[in-house]
Amino acid sequence: MNSLNKRLSAEKRFQAYGLFAVALSMFFVLILMWKIFSTGSGAFVRTTIEANVFFNPDFIQVNQNSLEKELYRASYVALADEVVRQNHPNLNEEQFIKVREMYTRKFDYQLRDYLLDNPDKIGQSIIMKITASSDLDQIVKGNYPRDVPEAQRKINDYQLSVLDKLTSEGKVSSVFNFWFFTKGDSRDPETAGIWGAVMGSLYALIICFSFAFPIGLLASVYLEEFVKPGKVTDIIEVNINNLAAVPSIVFGLLGLGMLIGVIGLPYQVPLVGGLVLGFMTLPTIIIASRASLRSVPPSIREGALAVGATKMQTVFHHVIPLSLPGTLTGTIIGMAQALGETAPLLMIGMVAFVMEIPGGPLDPATGLPSQIYLWSESAERGFLEKTSAGIMLLLLFLIIMNTAAVLIRRRLEVKW
Amino acid sequence: MKKSILTFLALAVSVLFSAETFARDQINIVGSSTVYPYGTVNAQRLGESGFKTPTYNPTGTGGGMKLFCAGVGVEHPDITGASRPMKSKEAKLCVENGVTNVVEVMWANDGITFSHSNAAEKMDLTRAEIWTAMAAKVVVDGEVVENPYTKWNEINSSLPAYKIEVLVAPPTSGTRDAFDGNVMEKGCAAMGYEDITGGDDGCTDYREDGRIIEMGENDTLIVQKLVEDKERFGYFGYSYLKDNGDKLQPASLEGVDPSEESIAAYEYPVARPLFIYLKKDHIGVVPGIQEFAQMMVSDEAIGSNGYLTKIGAAPMVSELLSRTRSDVDTLAAFDVVACAEKKHPLKDAGYAFSGKLCK
Repeated sequence: MNSLNKRLSAEKRFQAYGLFAVALSMFFVLILMWKIFSTGSGAFVRTTIEANVFFNPDFIQVNQNSLEKELYRASYVALADEVVRQNHPNLNEEQFIKVREMYTRKFDYQLRDYLLDNPDKIGQSIIMKITASSDLDQIVKGNYPRDVPEAQRKINDYQLSVLDKLTSEGKVSSVFNFWFFTKGDSRDPETAGIWGAVMGSLYALIICFSFAFPIGLLASVYLEEFVKPGKVTDIIEVNINNLAAVPSIVFGLLGLGMLIGVIGLPYQVPLVGGLVLGFMTLPTIIIASRASLRSVPPSIREGALAVGATKMQTVFHHVIPLSLPGTLTGTIIGMAQALGETAPLLMIGMVAFVMEIPGGPLDPATGLPSQIYLWSESAERGFLEKTSAGIMLLLLFLIIMNTAAVLIRRRLEVKW
Repeated sequence: MKKSILTFLALAVSVLFSAETFARDQINIVGSSTVYPYGTVNAQRLGESGFKTPTYNPTGTGGGMKLFCAGVGVEHPDITGASRPMKSKEAKLCVENGVTNVVEVMWANDGITFSHSNAAEKMDLTRAEIWTAMAAKVVVDGEVVENPYTKWNEINSSLPAYKIEVLVAPPTSGTRDAFDGNVMEKGCAAMGYEDITGGDDGCTDYREDGRIIEMGENDTLIVQKLVEDKERFGYFGYSYLKDNGDKLQPASLEGVDPSEESIAAYEYPVARPLFIYLKKDHIGVVPGIQEFAQMMVSDEAIGSNGYLTKIGAAPMVSELLSRTRSDVDTLAAFDVVACAEKKHPLKDAGYAFSGKLCK
């Protein structure tokens, strides 16, 4: 009796340990999430200042009849300055420079884009929400304190007084920051976006998939279905398992030495990045694919052979389709892992300031994780929230990919 | 099936060969992470003026030199940023690979600040004091001993009783090179270490009792760590101090605070020039290289209210600046072969950095 109680309480204790372990890891995940979300959510809104914009044709050298091309090529810099002067009358030159700094440096592009969409507004006045500079944005969001001595602030007392006046007039407001999702990197935090990095990662993943998936599938089919098990296959198997555990930076070095050094592919392009990530994902795919080929029962193969199918027909008509859900799941998980890798990209130069959104796998690009790394290194305070927002986006992609993997397995996998 | 596999292979091969002849109309910059914030801002301005925006790959000064000197041709970078002048070893590598047409652009200055939290008492340090706090072996009463100090006031009683703890950059960092050369070696000499041991071996060895903490190249992390504990010190470029003025303050060195003026005049002891090197053979092949350098040394960039000055670059004295400007305008080639033999036209000009040129 006594010993039964002892055994039962041992079990209870064990369950308590397990619960504690789960709770502790949940706690850490929650802290991480809270930290990322609380700093990153700011990146999804940007501060704007309402201003009266008069599209004076004299300042932009266009008229009602100008073609779209002319509207695009015109310089809006003088107009931008004029907008500031009109909305803040009676400034001396020094005050003007300070007030101009409160608006984003390149709001001439904002004016241009508006006029391209609404060419009929030439010679008319509109109310426009003009993006504030990142330094002002950070003050409004409360990320940069106002109460420190003036010399330690990037926004001085005069600018603060102008800000307070604008706020009391109800002209300062926050809008959803589309730019974060549509623009490439920039050195002005208020106009920096993640889209260039997303495209870079996408191209790399497409290359990675089209390289690693067919090769991985064929290799595993050959090893599993055609070749006779023996010493050679054992050695290959050990090597594949080994490769799956090799640190990713080694694949980066391989890419740098082989693809860039010997073959002469260009530096910092998604083609090379994708191939390197493909090398890295290949063992994962082969292992997953072999496991799912093995789980197809021999009766299927024997049935097909019995009705006169050749070995190849058996494999391609029956075994591979049945094993595909498992293979795909492994592939997606491998690709999700590849998406989060920075080290191999570092070696082949895909960690770089790239402003232009890449148009194909041969354009210089950076990847999502490398963009996050670059922002985290930047001194400007505005990049802090961009870093966290980038992490949120990366996590979202990972969750989507992993969920897809689970769904494919649930839906399509056949239980024998 | 066989057919589709063959098609796939053919496609892959054709992609490879088309990449061989891959031309580039976008400048590729590599190099120093200290130059990165300035180089990228300048790249963006070049992009706004109608060229394609250059890419900048922060590989570090040494890594950048290696890539830059690897050869001529669009598969190699066009410009490298450097937080110290090219070394003779690197010049040799350039010469071996046929990269002999190089333009050296010394475009601005950078100061390395020895900073700590705003919450701490402002400190005025000498380089001898910093060396005594950080070196593995120090001079006490005319003898070289293992560093016995644990608090700053033990070194100089007028300093606060803060514990000695300094966050430092990794050995590959150009910032660390500059700090070791301008602070550690000078402090070491001032304390008479070389007279006792007969050499400067060990001058730049940091103590290994946990008081010197090596951080990565991530300066943002160092800022965070300094805010957490006001007694800690760390060193990094002046631009970081400028952006974190609400959190950090610099210690003054030999009585001089870092500022644009004190750095430009090399009055602040840890001021160093920053460089970019242009590959002259690429000018005319990849558009915008000369324009990039011209923008970088223009008044709009490094004048008193310039866009690079605003983020922490300190302008150079006018004689050096006009020399650089004429170099950029005429594309005066920098003699890489002479540099490989440790010769440089400014070597005997008597500037604080002269000894470092083509070392």
